[in-house]
Amino acid sequence: MKKYKNQTLLLLIIALFILPFFLNSYWLDVLTLVLFYVVLTQGLNIVVGYTGLLDLGYAAFFAVGAYTTAILMTTFHWSFWLTLPVAFLFAVIAGVIIGTPTLRLRSDYLAIVTLGFGEIVKILATNLEITGSASGIYGIPRPAIGSYIMSTQKDFYYLILIVAILSIIAVYRLGRSRIGRAWIYIREDEDAAEAMGINRIRLKLLSYASGAVIGSIAGSIFAVKMSAIAPLSFSFLQSVMILLAVVLGGLGSIPGVVIGAVLVIVLPELLRGADDWRHLIFGVSLVAMMIFRPQGIWPSKNGTEDATDMDENGKSNDPNQSMSV
Amino acid sequence: MEIIFQILIDGLVIGAFYSLVALGYTMVYGIIKLLNFAHGDLYMMGAFIGFTFLSIFTGDGGVNTGLLGVGIVFIGTMVIVGLLGMGVERIAYRPLLLAPRLSILITAIGVSLSLEYTSMIGWGASYKVYPIILPNDGLQILGTQITFAQIGMILLSALLMLGLRLFIDKTIYGKAMRAIALDQTACSLMGVNVHQIIALTFFIGASLAAGAGIMSGIYYGTINFMMGFIIGLKAFTAAVLGGIGNITGAMLGGLVLGVIEAFGTFYFGGSWKDVLAFGILILFLVFKPTGILGAKEMERM
Repeated sequence: MKKYKNQTLLLLIIALFILPFFLNSYWLDVLTLVLFYVVLTQGLNIVVGYTGLLDLGYAAFFAVGAYTTAILMTTFHWSFWLTLPVAFLFAVIAGVIIGTPTLRLRSDYLAIVTLGFGEIVKILATNLEITGSASGIYGIPRPAIGSYIMSTQKDFYYLILIVAILSIIAVYRLGRSRIGRAWIYIREDEDAAEAMGINRIRLKLLSYASGAVIGSIAGSIFAVKMSAIAPLSFSFLQSVMILLAVVLGGLGSIPGVVIGAVLVIVLPELLRGADDWRHLIFGVSLVAMMIFRPQGIWPSKNGTEDATDMDENGKSNDPNQSMSV
Repeated sequence: MEIIFQILIDGLVIGAFYSLVALGYTMVYGIIKLLNFAHGDLYMMGAFIGFTFLSIFTGDGGVNTGLLGVGIVFIGTMVIVGLLGMGVERIAYRPLLLAPRLSILITAIGVSLSLEYTSMIGWGASYKVYPIILPNDGLQILGTQITFAQIGMILLSALLMLGLRLFIDKTIYGKAMRAIALDQTACSLMGVNVHQIIALTFFIGASLAAGAGIMSGIYYGTINFMMGFIIGLKAFTAAVLGGIGNITGAMLGGLVLGVIEAFGTFYFGGSWKDVLAFGILILFLVFKPTGILGAKEMERM
């Protein structure tokens, strides 16, 4: 059975590698966007799916990567590949900055603080001179491998495909590691996890930082692919779309969030003409999903199938929180 | 001196809007511990439904609408949006009342998106100009120009808040709300119709937000389908500032935030005022999550 599964995966990967030769440029672009979302959803999956921390400002990390690469390449004329470790470092710092104040917060406060941070990053990008204000940064150079300059659609498709595969492997391995099990434990019962000797603070920060790094890599590639970036790409709606993909697919489930990414990007393309309805349909499907199938389209299996079990504490009555009159 | 007084008045008007929206947040949070992300969008719905009524009622663009006409529109809109709020609770939140926090938060985001884009489809994505032009006459106090409209809005907000305060303190429904906030299970055992009271809470919260929506439409002159998002966040900040779950705190928090923001805009420029508000929100959540009026220590959950 397992062997069979591996073969299917291998076939799928081969198919993805030869697909560009059969697609027209429009669908190749859509597929590239899907792969960007696959990377982003994997990153968010660590934070929301594994660790159970609702992050409504995930696009901020996407922005950190994109702006770091863009600024280093345009203002300081760095090579694209050299900007990646810097973006990595900044993402870790951003993850820790956002993570630290949120460690003490309950899940709903956490959501709103991350939302606030996300908005602050966007406002910074809109107002600062170094980020090109509201019009953003344009004329970002193309990356080069040796003497070959990546410029065609296919080049970027393969680049993001490789990154997507690597991030899936990384997130899969992380989820099954000691760290991943600790994250899931924290999600299921934070106090019990702490009692068992899990360093809650360190692991939560690690979760934020890992998610941030994956998001920022997607951002760096996004910057060189588009060759122009603007604050609008990193709005709250972007964060919501990434979250929607994770929720639709199934929190904590790797194949699930991949399917979620495909749905969120491809459905609107199929529904062209109904463009105005797109976000309304997404909004309604979020509600319907939570009511009728909170575990997602393809829920994760090992011990986490009951995604509705998250944050058990949330139910308890806390008189300190009551309406004081 | 005059300029400071002027900023103070402007801040109080905006603060009054924040307070009205924050009340809905804080009531719903106090009673069922739900962070209703869609609350700001009910404010937006209020602005749009009020806009439509004013346009229909008057025909002439509303410029000549009497005070009575505006009053009828005001009340009608508040009732309709209140019912909308109840509908949202019935369809989206009630089935999830016992579900984990994460699910219900995500649902609230879904409701927010749905309301925003329903409005976009219904009324269009462009800015709408409100069909009422405020008279510019007013009083000169301490060298500052205060229009009657500003005074009227502050008074009306105060009146609504006072009414709410009395409702919660003096009526049997208010008592039921306070009781449910303390212990939902015990209430249902005592024969309180919990669902009905929660629905009532949503009705009141939504209609207050709608009132704020119409007033801000009249005050600023233009409305847009995304106007609820940012004010929802600001109102939440106000609710946290005053101590979430605390009615008086929400009123106070709104006014304080409005004034801080008005001064912040004056000294740092308009493009940074949102950063100021979110900065306050984050600082308060981290260092004093119980807010100004909340005394008790909050547990980590």
